[in-house]
Amino acid sequence: MEVLDIIKQENQVFCKTKLMTDTPLSYCPGCGHGTAHNLVMEVIDEMGISEDVIGVAPVGCSVLAYDFMDIDMSQAAHGRAPAVATAISRLWPEKYVFTYQGDGDLAAIGTAETIHACNRGENIVIIFVNNGIYGMTGGQMAPTTLAGMKSSTSPYGRDIETMGSPLKITELIANLPGVYYVTRHSVHTHKHARKAKIAIRKAFENTRLNKGLSFIEILSNCNSGWKMTPNESNIWMEENMFPYFPLGDIKVEGKLKQ
Amino acid sequence: MSELKLMKGNEALAEAAIRAGVDAYFGYPITPQTEIIEYLMMERPEKRTGMVVLQAESEIAAINMVYGAASTGKKAMTSSSSPGISLKLEGISYIAGAELPAVIVNVVRAGPGLGTIQPSQSDYFQSVKGGGHGDYKLYVLAPASVQEMSDFVEDAFDIAFKYRAPVLILSDGLIGQMMEKVFLKEPKPRWTNEELIEKHGSWAVTGKKGRERNVVTSLDLKSEKMEARVHRLQRKYEQMEKEDLRFEKINCDDAEYLIVAYGSSARISQKAVELARAKGIKVGLLRPITLFPYPKQVLFELADQVKGILSVELSAGQMVEDVRLAVEHKIPVEHFGRTGGIIHTPEEILQALEQKIINNGSIRHHKTRESSIL
Amino acid sequence: MAKVKGAIVVDTQTCKGCEVCIPVCLDDVIGMSSEVNRKGYHYAYMKNPEACNGCTNCGIVCPDRAITVYRVKVST
Repeated sequence: MEVLDIIKQENQVFCKTKLMTDTPLSYCPGCGHGTAHNLVMEVIDEMGISEDVIGVAPVGCSVLAYDFMDIDMSQAAHGRAPAVATAISRLWPEKYVFTYQGDGDLAAIGTAETIHACNRGENIVIIFVNNGIYGMTGGQMAPTTLAGMKSSTSPYGRDIETMGSPLKITELIANLPGVYYVTRHSVHTHKHARKAKIAIRKAFENTRLNKGLSFIEILSNCNSGWKMTPNESNIWMEENMFPYFPLGDIKVEGKLKQ
Repeated sequence: MSELKLMKGNEALAEAAIRAGVDAYFGYPITPQTEIIEYLMMERPEKRTGMVVLQAESEIAAINMVYGAASTGKKAMTSSSSPGISLKLEGISYIAGAELPAVIVNVVRAGPGLGTIQPSQSDYFQSVKGGGHGDYKLYVLAPASVQEMSDFVEDAFDIAFKYRAPVLILSDGLIGQMMEKVFLKEPKPRWTNEELIEKHGSWAVTGKKGRERNVVTSLDLKSEKMEARVHRLQRKYEQMEKEDLRFEKINCDDAEYLIVAYGSSARISQKAVELARAKGIKVGLLRPITLFPYPKQVLFELADQVKGILSVELSAGQMVEDVRLAVEHKIPVEHFGRTGGIIHTPEEILQALEQKIINNGSIRHHKTRESSIL
Repeated sequence: MAKVKGAIVVDTQTCKGCEVCIPVCLDDVIGMSSEVNRKGYHYAYMKNPEACNGCTNCGIVCPDRAITVYRVKVST
């Protein structure tokens, strides 16, 4: 059978979701943000809720998320997305409201907003893309940068004594009663991406239950910030970030997993 | 011995901080000033001088760290860019109210809101009118070169400690990012704790050894005391105006028209003055170096000499209001400036001078108080 | 039992040459072209088209969704 016979419309089994715009992604080659964006949009498309979704974009590499996600979106100040989402969700309780944030946004400047939206159990989905670095501003240390990891503001490696340990914000907020679903995934292989997509779907479906906040951490590479090739960075992520930030469910249906 | 180096504005400022014996820097990444903290982290000043450098969790945390260090008499500074400075304004108001010495650096980007990362001068109002809440002002230094980015750090701390007041170095993305030759000053040692207590032990909270306790606060619930505090602050600002005004006059002696500009706009306007003079137009340039205090008297006097003034600023028209106030409507004053991160060219400035001031001087009556950025 | 045959079409101008698709292809279908696109990236292509079974692993990891996947059943 010739390739030309196979690549016919009726044989198509995978293509880019129509809920991503035609704008070329501004992310670096190989960056997990691209995959994460697409998985979220695929879920919204498959659930058929694109007309009832409002997303909140952060400040960071994904500040331009609204250029790529073909849904209504509001841009928030750095770290304040959970507060912005809180108001949207309370005033439009029938809508699906989500934030899409990086580690600086969610766990540095936005720590208070993150904790309090979680504590209040807002009926929103928080998608937390954790690549352990501040990508957009040129690779500075983030709250989740690993011990010993080099960045432009930890050029000799993160020193725990003066800079603190990498912050396990996800485990922290999982303890809050207002949080219903907490899970951690990655998107760098087909297996991980497929599991992440199932988790994202679950989170959005939880909005219908109105039982609390759904929090998905997506561990991602940042090959530019880490100064590696994409594939090298994904291997580095598996070897270094996964042990500290283990994948899997942390809280399901309001109960912590032991 | 001073050293000659080719440096980026932001980096020259960071190096100057180490050499000025600054005790602490607290910051947070934001374009176009992140090089300041990156340089400091790379240089490891804790090994050079014991200087504390910390990347805070946010700009608000950073300014409160500055407030903390300053309450103990230490030389502390922070830097950010426009949106981050907005975050710091509550903290800055506290520093002013509590009468603490501190230095804040704003490398301005275009706003409002998240805006863009390219340079602008659209934080003038925020800077010279205090910015935060209450009856206070900031002493504002506006560098126009990498050399001034370096020199102004020590100057800023001198003023901060002379008056026990916050000082703002108002730079912009262009000056912060450009590279020029800079003569770096001879390093000065940080004050020892004993020196500090000798100089500032009367107010700093260092532990009440051999003295009554000190309290650092900006709170005064008894209105009479609060009014006394406010008056005390105003007296500082009057003294700043008398003793620490800085400005530069370029080619003003025979000028028939005047451009007023600071920072990047002053440099570009210098070229515009050259172009004008080549055409036979006698233009001078007044470059305020401090934006508060403002060279009001100089302008008032120049308004008797020149026929019109063009205020040039990368904004929709902020400093022009102070030029008009100073000139008291004796002569036409107009604003020109690109916004949104676009940098005006000398040719554009000259064209604006011709269109708005020279040619329109007789057509548009300057007393209508209209203004336009276009 | 019916076999499947697959094929991918790479949007060569969208592909950023990140190569993340290569390790997830269990049949070693994908290689990087020696040609470059308008942005200067070497793009992915099917170097072993016969081996492709349309599993969509590459499609789902591509950050830019530059890959469209096709699959058809063939009787042996």
